[in-house]
Amino acid sequence: MHAINYEAPKSLDEAVKLLAAHGEKARPLSGGTDLLIQLRAGTRRPEFVVDIKQIPELTRISFSLQHGLRLGAAAPCISIHENSDMRKYYPGLTEAAHLIGSLQIQSRATVGGNLCNGSPAADTTPALIALGAQARVIGPKGERTVPVDGFCLAPGRTVLQPGELLVEFHIPAPERHSSDAYLRFIPRNEMDIAVVGVGAALSLDVSDDRVVEARIGLGAVGPTPIFAAEASKSLIGKTLDAAAIENAARLAIAVATPIDDMRGTAEFRRHVVGVLTRRTLAKAAERAREANQR
Amino acid sequence: MAASSSNGFRVIGTRPIRHDGVDKVTGRAKYGADYAFPGMLHGKVLRSPHPHANIKSIKIDKALALPGVKAIVTSADLPALPDKMEAAGEQAINLNHLSMNILARGKALYDGHPIAAVAATSPHIADEALRLIEVEYELLPPVMTVEDAMKPGATILLPSLRNKEDGPDKETNVAAHLQFKRGDVAEGFKQADYVIEREFKTAMVHQGYIEPHNAVGIYNADGHATIYCSTQGSFVVRALSAAVLGIAEGKIKVVPAEIGGGFGGKTTIYLEPLSVLLSQKTGHPVKLTMTRAEVLRATGPTSGSTIRCKMGATKDGKLVAAQCWLAYEAGAFPGSPVGAGAMTIVAPYNIPNILVDAYDVVVNRPKTAAYRAPGASNAAMASETVLDELAEKCGIDPLEMRLMNGSEEGTPQTVGPPFKRIGFKETVEAIKNSPHYKSKLTGANRGRGVASGFWFNVGLQSSATVNIHTDGTVSVVIGSVDIGGTRAAQAMIAAEVLGVDINDVRPTIADTDSIGHTDVTGGSRTCFATGWAVYEAAQDCVRQLKERAAKLWEKKPDEVVFENGMLSPAQPGGELKPMSIKQIASRLARTGGPIVGRATVNARGVGPAFATVCVDVEVDPDTGKTQILRATIAQDAGKAIHPSYVEGQMQGGMAQGLGWGLNEEYFYDDRGILRNTGLLDYRMPTCLDLPAIETAIVEVPTPGHPLGIRGVGEVSIVPPPAALANAIYHAVGVRMTELPMSPPRLLKAILKKRAAGEAQAAAAD
Ligand SMILES: Cc1cc2nc3c(=O)[nH]c(=O)nc-3n(C[C@H](O)[C@H](O)[C@H](O)COP(=O)(O)OP(=O)(O)OC[C@H]3O[C@@H](n4cnc5c(N)ncnc54)[C@H](O)[C@@H]3O)c2cc1C
Repeated sequence: MHAINYEAPKSLDEAVKLLAAHGEKARPLSGGTDLLIQLRAGTRRPEFVVDIKQIPELTRISFSLQHGLRLGAAAPCISIHENSDMRKYYPGLTEAAHLIGSLQIQSRATVGGNLCNGSPAADTTPALIALGAQARVIGPKGERTVPVDGFCLAPGRTVLQPGELLVEFHIPAPERHSSDAYLRFIPRNEMDIAVVGVGAALSLDVSDDRVVEARIGLGAVGPTPIFAAEASKSLIGKTLDAAAIENAARLAIAVATPIDDMRGTAEFRRHVVGVLTRRTLAKAAERAREANQR
Repeated sequence: MAASSSNGFRVIGTRPIRHDGVDKVTGRAKYGADYAFPGMLHGKVLRSPHPHANIKSIKIDKALALPGVKAIVTSADLPALPDKMEAAGEQAINLNHLSMNILARGKALYDGHPIAAVAATSPHIADEALRLIEVEYELLPPVMTVEDAMKPGATILLPSLRNKEDGPDKETNVAAHLQFKRGDVAEGFKQADYVIEREFKTAMVHQGYIEPHNAVGIYNADGHATIYCSTQGSFVVRALSAAVLGIAEGKIKVVPAEIGGGFGGKTTIYLEPLSVLLSQKTGHPVKLTMTRAEVLRATGPTSGSTIRCKMGATKDGKLVAAQCWLAYEAGAFPGSPVGAGAMTIVAPYNIPNILVDAYDVVVNRPKTAAYRAPGASNAAMASETVLDELAEKCGIDPLEMRLMNGSEEGTPQTVGPPFKRIGFKETVEAIKNSPHYKSKLTGANRGRGVASGFWFNVGLQSSATVNIHTDGTVSVVIGSVDIGGTRAAQAMIAAEVLGVDINDVRPTIADTDSIGHTDVTGGSRTCFATGWAVYEAAQDCVRQLKERAAKLWEKKPDEVVFENGMLSPAQPGGELKPMSIKQIASRLARTGGPIVGRATVNARGVGPAFATVCVDVEVDPDTGKTQILRATIAQDAGKAIHPSYVEGQMQGGMAQGLGWGLNEEYFYDDRGILRNTGLLDYRMPTCLDLPAIETAIVEVPTPGHPLGIRGVGEVSIVPPPAALANAIYHAVGVRMTELPMSPPRLLKAILKKRAAGEAQAAAAD
């Protein structure tokens, strides 16, 4: 491994300045559970590593029923699972964060790192897409907000420009009967990367079990995580019966563009997109019916 | 350990705490990577990024110029060795191939093949230096499967390779064709009412030891060298390293470190000669350790294979004929375990007509190394699932089918003399009587499968010394490294013979200068053969103790009896009081000096091992994912010295076999590059993927062994993949013929069956 310079700024300002000064030669370090492996393997060779875990704005989790959720990009996954608001209002995102690696990995790994690493198989990304999360980005040219759906451009590539830092996610406040779920398929029972991941968020009108709002995110079945727009739209205004779920599953499969690799065949992945879409919708719906958010 | 065990043993059969336990749980035990010496340099290996290529040139100037880099070696620094089978220490081996696997010569033969090695002042500098070595390759088409390698006109890996059948003029990738024959299979199949024939494919898999390979080499100015490393056989490392380096064997000392798993994969050499060579060049100790990716790309694995298996039975379940064809990937150099596969494939059964053809085939993959009962799991996957199908056809319970046809004392082996006393049927009975097999399995998509397995085991050579110290404590010195509880078992044997407390015996594993030749800890031989040597060495102590007592008592040695650690006169009565070992130990100086018992064995009459397993699974028919619900193994141990470690071997082998069946596989892309070079994507089972494995130790003593011991290290890995396949069939109705039975493969089979069922239903309408 080559020699690197390490900085751990205490404020967002300082971090932005450092990153701006070094441009492409610098790399933010969040939990490091992707970055350290890439440094060791030599697949990324930055000269500066800027540790962002000491910056308060980046590690906080704040929630209110009025304003929804602000989730710091560098909050460790374990703190998400330990947060009772997260478990109650965003159980799908919470379970996605809780699936990453092991407890040890979750003590380091962050949702921001998961997204910025740009892997199509990142577990929390489909869950964020389902929740309609927005990413707040700050950089040399100022601040901007980017929807998570659209943040990733290709494997390992995101919309972030050199010197830009992801600060936090904003997720709207939950509706009365709304909830989310995330399921992934892995060949083992832990310590695997998703072969297929499906996140779904639903808001229901419980009087007749009609879908008011629906969003489905897919992982590991294309070069980037995918927002299954047609599948999501197909559910709105419908009663969530078997036929509606089956139709959404079919539409979700249609937008998947998986490949054959060591984790599974394209054929297998397409089939499992259908299976997990059905299962995830059923789970999110069950939670939404039980939820009494306001 | 007050509790006495069965058969009149006092220590054997009990479960004392292992002597090396405290060091291991407190982190004090020294594994290979823990060694450090003043002035030590760090080495790294440059590896080929191509599976098959001519090496046109290697330029090292830029790398050598990097500050901190002290030396770089390539195959030009190793002596050229004869391209034929030669003796290296105790084994016959093609030294040219061995050397070419240490550092590629002229050609890179697999992704990960070592090209050069660097020594530098830090591992990071060594790593950076690798980037500065310029290698010019001329790419050749990769040959990745036995089918491609055996095709007429296939690209040739080793231009000098020949086989007997094709003669001295024909270039080939087939290193050997073996054939085993009994009776007349054509006639045999005529008697069969049912014949099942299937073709199987099994993926290349790795041993998966947690500790990566390592070596520290120290070359002295006087021409002597010392190697510290984790190995299953310090004497093998010495012999092979000496041969590769062109150094006299006696000038190398190998100090075996603690070992974090080997499973056969640490019975050869990789880094050891490089550490010495780099030390020789630099004058410093040099340490090399592999990353996980290096371990997976360039060490171990065991062969992937293609196997065709045809077996016939009469209506009432009598096996009448078996014909098998096996082709195993040897990796880049000859030497797959296909011969063992061929000889084990139907060994558990008494079948009058057998014809087995076996092919050892080179492919552009890492040279295979031994892996627990090498070759037998692949073979059993074929024969044990075909047998399950036959049992189903005959309407006979699969365990009954095995009992009806099972090998026993007197049954002819595929090769060699008839079996002596063996415990195969006893393992089948043990499963039949197990709480697991007696339990009822209910629920949708659930199934139960059984399978059996055979392994030869080996004897070979061991040395042992047993010292009686002045306070009456005992030390046992052996040359077998401790992988699965060897120290404890050997100490127990000495304690049993000498009648002393197990805590008064200290076992030590010596380096190659401090003990007589001892073969590898492998082939399930250690407890059997080293245990035999320790038994004899302890008996040697007993003989000497009697002499000393006789001297004190002014009697003849045969007028002294030794029992339970006490020496007493054969004729009771009189003034002479019985003496303990402790009492006499304090008087050794006055009776002739220290007592050292010694023994060496070249152990013959090895007892073959058998195991039978039972597995329950539940399959998710929508995803093809298999969950193992319950698993039990019954195995013949001859005599279990320390039952916990016997159970450990049974469970460990079964866990590996289940992993082999479920998800483990080498995944090469179409360019011949290994894609899953980490344990994230080389999927061994985690503890969440396996149930607690239940065990039943069967004890049918090995005739001729003083304690009846039978090796237990390997056979446990043989039946699990087949048992899993059988369980999956009984759960969801599909016969899997390809390993691993990973979700994509199983789902595909399930969907195919579903589609066929729907088509049939539609046609019937
Ligand atoms: C054993 C193991 C198991 C794993 N299991 C899983 C799993 O089950 N599911 C899964 O999805 N992943 C898994 N991973 C991958 C990894 O843990 C996750 O992707 C994790 O979320 C990454 O977060 P991090 O904070 O560690 O990122 P880091 O490694 O710190 O960063 C990742 C990348 O994002 C960049 N980056 C980080 N934060 C920011 C920011 N705020 N702004 C701009 N750029 C930023 C970094 O520069 C780097 O390029 C596993 C990894 C390991 C080692």
